[in-house]
Formats: sequence, structure tokens, C-alpha cells
Amino acid sequence: MAPFGIPIGVWINAFLTICILSFLYKDNPFFRFAESLFAGMSLGYYIGIVTENTLKPNLFRPMINDFWGNHNFLLVIPMILGVMLYFRYIRKIAWLARIALAVYIGYYVGVYLMQKLHGDILFQARDTIVPLTMGGIEAVWNVVIIVGVFSVLVYFYFSAEHKGALGRVSRVGIWFLMISFGASFGYTIMARISLLMGRFSFLVNTWVRPMISG
Amino acid sequence: MRRTIPLILTFCVGMYPIFAFFVPHRVVTNINQNLDTYLVIVAAFALPLGVVNLVMSNINKIKKKDKGWFYSVVLIAGLCLMAFYGIMGGDQGFHAHFQWMFENAVSPLQATMFSLLAFYVASAAYRAFRARNVEATVLLIAAIVVMLGRIPIGDMITGGRLTPISEWLMTKPNAAAQRGIIIGAALGAASMQIRVILGIEQTYLGSGKD
Repeated sequence: MAPFGIPIGVWINAFLTICILSFLYKDNPFFRFAESLFAGMSLGYYIGIVTENTLKPNLFRPMINDFWGNHNFLLVIPMILGVMLYFRYIRKIAWLARIALAVYIGYYVGVYLMQKLHGDILFQARDTIVPLTMGGIEAVWNVVIIVGVFSVLVYFYFSAEHKGALGRVSRVGIWFLMISFGASFGYTIMARISLLMGRFSFLVNTWVRPMISG
Repeated sequence: MRRTIPLILTFCVGMYPIFAFFVPHRVVTNINQNLDTYLVIVAAFALPLGVVNLVMSNINKIKKKDKGWFYSVVLIAGLCLMAFYGIMGGDQGFHAHFQWMFENAVSPLQATMFSLLAFYVASAAYRAFRARNVEATVLLIAAIVVMLGRIPIGDMITGGRLTPISEWLMTKPNAAAQRGIIIGAALGAASMQIRVILGIEQTYLGSGKD
């Protein structure tokens, strides 16, 4: 089915785009329809992704294809832990849900602890603490980065009142933070405008133009 | 007992990835990888908790014929349709209808919804951004330079000087501040994670006394 020779998918795409953009005028039933559809379909999409990328390859296929081989029978453990999460709805055994939660939280806390220490703190500190021997303007920019990182960290140090030298350094930190927030804001705005141009480009070039040119 | 066992489990399971990091022996690494796979499955089991809550609240709305109940019907229909074809994917990957719906509904809806924010962020900024003091002025100038530096007219006005300044702002002062924020946030997160492993932080277990 292709009215005006345009695929039905393009019509749906264009209709939903206009429904959302109609909110620029005011809140209306078309926008609310598209908004609700978006909420439902996004969750449905997430269910599909989790099923296809997580449950099928890691749980269902290994258990169905070869239950006893390759220690696949051990997959019963995460299955039981997963089911145990729902015990919170049965008052008598609700406390058992904590066991599943404890294993889950415990493991990821351990994983993220190492990631934060090794991947964030040490990595960022290593990139900041560099010798200033490269000369030229790069050495000056490295000083700027060192001053920025140090002053921002001082700004986030709340164990002492920001007075005197501490106050002056934290004020420099505020300037760096303001530059960063401004830059992030500008970057975000431009990314959103780029998305908007993409939508208008779709409406004009993929939907309207083929309709007019036949 | 009902709190102690989970706390002991949190400690033991939480210490394992740390142990595996420092002892990268084949056996230790294998167990760690299996744990990772297992807990991804546990996390996937948690998804229906949210889905059931959302569906139940919308079904109640439909039953009571509350204001806007029709939109609840749309939400549940969209959810069921997408989830059905999401689950129906075979060995070859996602179902063709699932991909079609993603390309023609979810993706444009998402892009348009986010693009809509450009108008609202810009209008909010117009009201909020005032050069009241030095800090606010610095923020305003940085935002303008980065915005103009990303479009051709910025370089047209300044004879090609704005893009390098914008790049410098992004890669030097912005990077320095982001680095400070990342280090600060990571230190905070790490201290919270140590509190959880040691059982000092217990809020994730709920507030029940049993």
C-alpha cells in the first residue's frame, strides 16, 4: 500500500512527526496520542531488546539446546534469583526477595567500584598529571587544565568554609564550571537543532517532495 | 537473620569482582564472567516488575473511564504490539515487523520529541540567561561561542576564528571542569559503594524491620 507512491511507513512516520510538532502550538489530542504511543512502544522496544539480546542468547537458547552440557544447568540459579525478585508481593516470603537483590546489588557495586577507581579517578588523574616539558602553547594549555581540575575539585570540597585562599581557588573553579556548563548547554542545543533539521529534512525531502513531483 | 544473610551475601558477592581484578587467574576470571552473565539475566527478570506496574495503572484508568483513558488504550496497544514482535524474533535476529515499527514509529517519535526540547530549552535559557554577574556572563559567552562555532555563519562573521575558539573551549577549560566533576563524582560513588559492601548502607534492602 503506497498512497501517492509513498510507502505507508513514510506516511506513519510523517503523521507522528507532525503530531509531536503540533505541541509547539499548544497541548492537543494529536500530541497526546503520539506521546502515549511513544511511551508504550518505547517500553515494548526495550522488552524486545532485552528478550533478543539478553534472555534468548544467555538463558533460553543454552537451556533449550543443551541443558546438561557446558554447565548450562547452572543457569537455573539466575532464573531462580530472577523469580525471587517477585517474592516481595507475597508477604510471608517477601524477605527472600532481598537475597536476589543483595546478590545483584553486591556484584554490581563491586564491579562499579573498580570501574570508578580504575577507569575514572586514576585515568582522569593520569591524563591531568602530565610533564610540562612539551614546550610551546601546549604546555600553557596543560597548565590551564591542571588549574581547572584542581580548582573544580577545591570547589567541591565542602569540609571547610570557602574563605581566604580556599575561597579564591574555588571561585576560579566556579569560572571553569560556568564555561563547562555554557559549553555543554550550547552543545546540547546544537544537537537538538540538528535533530530538528533532520525531521524537517525528512518531511520535505522524503514525504512532501515525492508527493508533489509524483 | 532476614537482613543479616542478604548483608553477608552483598559483602561476599561484592568483594568477588574486586578479588577478580587483583587476581586475574583463569578460574577466577571464568567465575567472574559467569557471574556477570547470570546477573544480566537477573536484571532482565526485573523488567516485568515495571511493565506490570505500568499496565495495571493504565488498565485501572481504562476501567474507571478516567479523563484521558483513551491514551491509556493507545499506550497499552503500542506496548503489546512492539513487545509481541520483539519477543517473536527468531534465530536470525529481530522480527521484520519489529524493525519496521522501530524505523517508522519509535525512531521518528524519539527524534522529534528530543528536537522539540530545542525550543523549550532555548526559551527557558532566554529567560534564565542574564549577564547579572561575572559567572553568568562567562556561562553566556561560552554557550554563544560554542553554538556559533558549530554553524557556518559563526565563521562567516568572524573570518574563521570562532571554530578554533569553540574547539579550544570544548577541549581545554570544558575538559578540565568535566575532569574535576568526573573525579569528584567517582570519589563519591566509590565511597557509597564501599559503604554498601561493608553493610553500612542498607537502604536498598527496604525499610522493613524483619
